[in-house]
Amino acid sequence: MKLIKTLLASTAALAFSTSAFATDLEVTHWWTSGGEAAAVAEFAKAFNEGGDKWVDGAIAGSGGVARPIIISRIIGGDPMGATQLNHGRQAEELVEAGLMLDLTDIAEKEGWKDVVNPVRLLNACTLDGKVYCVPVNIHSPQWIWLSHAAYEKAGVPVPANWSEYVASAPKLREAGVVPLAMGQQSWQTQLAFDTLLVAVGGTELFTNILSNKDAAAAGSAEATKVFDAFATARELAQGANVQDWNQATNMVITGKAGGQIMGDWAQGEFQVANQVAGKDYTCLPGLGVNDIIATGGDAFYFPKTDDPEITAAQKRMASSMIRKDVQVAFNLKKGSLPIRGDVDLSAANDCMKKGLKILAAGNVLPDGVNVLSADTAGQIQDLMSEFFNNTNITVADAQSRYVDIIKNAD
Amino acid sequence: MVQNQRPVQLFRNMSAKIAAIPMVLTAMVIFVGCSAWTIFHSFTKSKLLPTTKWVGLDQYERLWSQNRWLISIENLAIYGIFSLVFSLLIGFMLAALLDQKIRFENTFRTIFLYPFALSFIVTGLVWQWVLNPEFGIQKIVRDMGFETFTFDPLYNQEIVIYGVLFAGLWQGTGLIMCLMLAGLRGIDEDIWKAARVDGIPMWKTYLLIVIPMMRPVFITTLVIIAAGIVKVYDLVVAQTNGGPGIASEVPAKYVYDYMFRNQNLGQGFAASTMMLLTVLVVLIPWAYLEFGGKKKHV
Repeated sequence: MKLIKTLLASTAALAFSTSAFATDLEVTHWWTSGGEAAAVAEFAKAFNEGGDKWVDGAIAGSGGVARPIIISRIIGGDPMGATQLNHGRQAEELVEAGLMLDLTDIAEKEGWKDVVNPVRLLNACTLDGKVYCVPVNIHSPQWIWLSHAAYEKAGVPVPANWSEYVASAPKLREAGVVPLAMGQQSWQTQLAFDTLLVAVGGTELFTNILSNKDAAAAGSAEATKVFDAFATARELAQGANVQDWNQATNMVITGKAGGQIMGDWAQGEFQVANQVAGKDYTCLPGLGVNDIIATGGDAFYFPKTDDPEITAAQKRMASSMIRKDVQVAFNLKKGSLPIRGDVDLSAANDCMKKGLKILAAGNVLPDGVNVLSADTAGQIQDLMSEFFNNTNITVADAQSRYVDIIKNAD
Repeated sequence: MVQNQRPVQLFRNMSAKIAAIPMVLTAMVIFVGCSAWTIFHSFTKSKLLPTTKWVGLDQYERLWSQNRWLISIENLAIYGIFSLVFSLLIGFMLAALLDQKIRFENTFRTIFLYPFALSFIVTGLVWQWVLNPEFGIQKIVRDMGFETFTFDPLYNQEIVIYGVLFAGLWQGTGLIMCLMLAGLRGIDEDIWKAARVDGIPMWKTYLLIVIPMMRPVFITTLVIIAAGIVKVYDLVVAQTNGGPGIASEVPAKYVYDYMFRNQNLGQGFAASTMMLLTVLVVLIPWAYLEFGGKKKHV
């Protein structure tokens, strides 16, 4: 009897001592495809090792579906422990309203300024000298993924750039392959347009339009070329009736489609399907025309609470995400590039190495989501989606509406 | 017993009035109060969070210059008119057929009403699959040997809204049929007998006697259908998500997208105010005719 009592007492004491340190944190994110889920599990593992508990709150759909849910929960007074958002202007107003936890103390203690590369990613998390989010990876949308199986079927060599790719399209059609896989969601068509903007239009045009909001640049002849290329893409994508980006990637993996313009997160899907870069698929950053990538990415924000225990746990999670080993494990699974310049990525595959090389050379651009407000970005998405799905809209028409949006951008 | 003075009107049926207070308060605060708040903020520059920075009619000017809003309105008009006409027509026809004292009436009624038990989300997904060219109707007909048969409404700009309409009708007509059936059962048998004695053909009895007698049922039905039309949102989200492109957008989705995706509350509020205005434009003349005009007859 006495033994049982001591046992009970000691387990109770043990339970108490751990619970003083262990806190449940709900984490919301929209990483639900195979590769993404595997990557996010790495974060959960690292956080749980510290004795805390990661409560996964994945929201299926895409960022467009998840963001409203996340934001309305924060505004509505039911904040989660931590949440994924794309850093930049999406959370700007939430930070301004004082709804996000200030991470400046741990950022200074751990010297984030010195390890985060490019440092612009940390700047996107900073408002008035205070750090409000943890950047976790670098994603670049400017890639095209090509299926070797599809090109074998068509009997043409795998193209090395956009113009070769366009030239090879008729052969793919003859072989019964859809040249371009494209999901119907509007952010995907917008991504394709932005990618063409860099590849066909060039860096200067990209920054003039998106960063400087120069309406004249948006109406220029160079921009018309981009719209022409986008119209070509519209034809190439005829017959690709899929919704989600990973379904489109799957068309490339199975050889039903020749290629897909998609960010480097597509790589996680190839990895889950056990495909080897360079053998089963080829990736071309900047569509093989312009070796440059925009460095957007994901970041984690921590809504402010009054509970000091939760705040402490939030800070523990923040520092676990930026740790060297976690960064490597996470980014290898995710297919994205780590935000630290000082980690060893010898395990990285062919495509990631291409990305790292471009990053090291400093050929980087700010991402659209960093510089455009959600309002402007949403309008551009609507326009691109409408244009891409309605062949009655001419290039001139779409361009003039694009100029209008850029003119009124804020 | 002589009453010297009339009881004060305010205190008649006291308990009933007290019981109604919570609902009156709810209506005032939630409906009127929140509507007023929304309308006020539609004149401001509210982004993610509401502010009181006044911009006048800017939000409305922007709203009416948006292609997407115009397409949404057009879609709502098409969806509204057709769903009103067809659900009444089909609902009444089914009810009239069921009313012929047929066998297995219960079974048929259950079958027709069943889709109504499904939410719009499920309905939308089911019809998305049925209408998908890769494995829906088109595939089945092609497999039967008609190789060139094409039927892909959800991937065709021009007719996508009819695909949505079809799913909406499939889901909603069962309920309309039940309401109509209840109305038909409320008609006295003697009326039918009298009509038969007078030798009036059946279709004429329906059209000139029964339907006018069912006026209250029709009005209830009309309100239910109309409310469903204005707020159509989930069906579109599940079935097409506004696509292809923006060809099947509806006003409610515009409101949601601007409030939450684009983080522009002002614009979303302006759109929802326009929706409220549309409803009022329809509702006020109708309420006037229905309730204001009636007193003269009685």
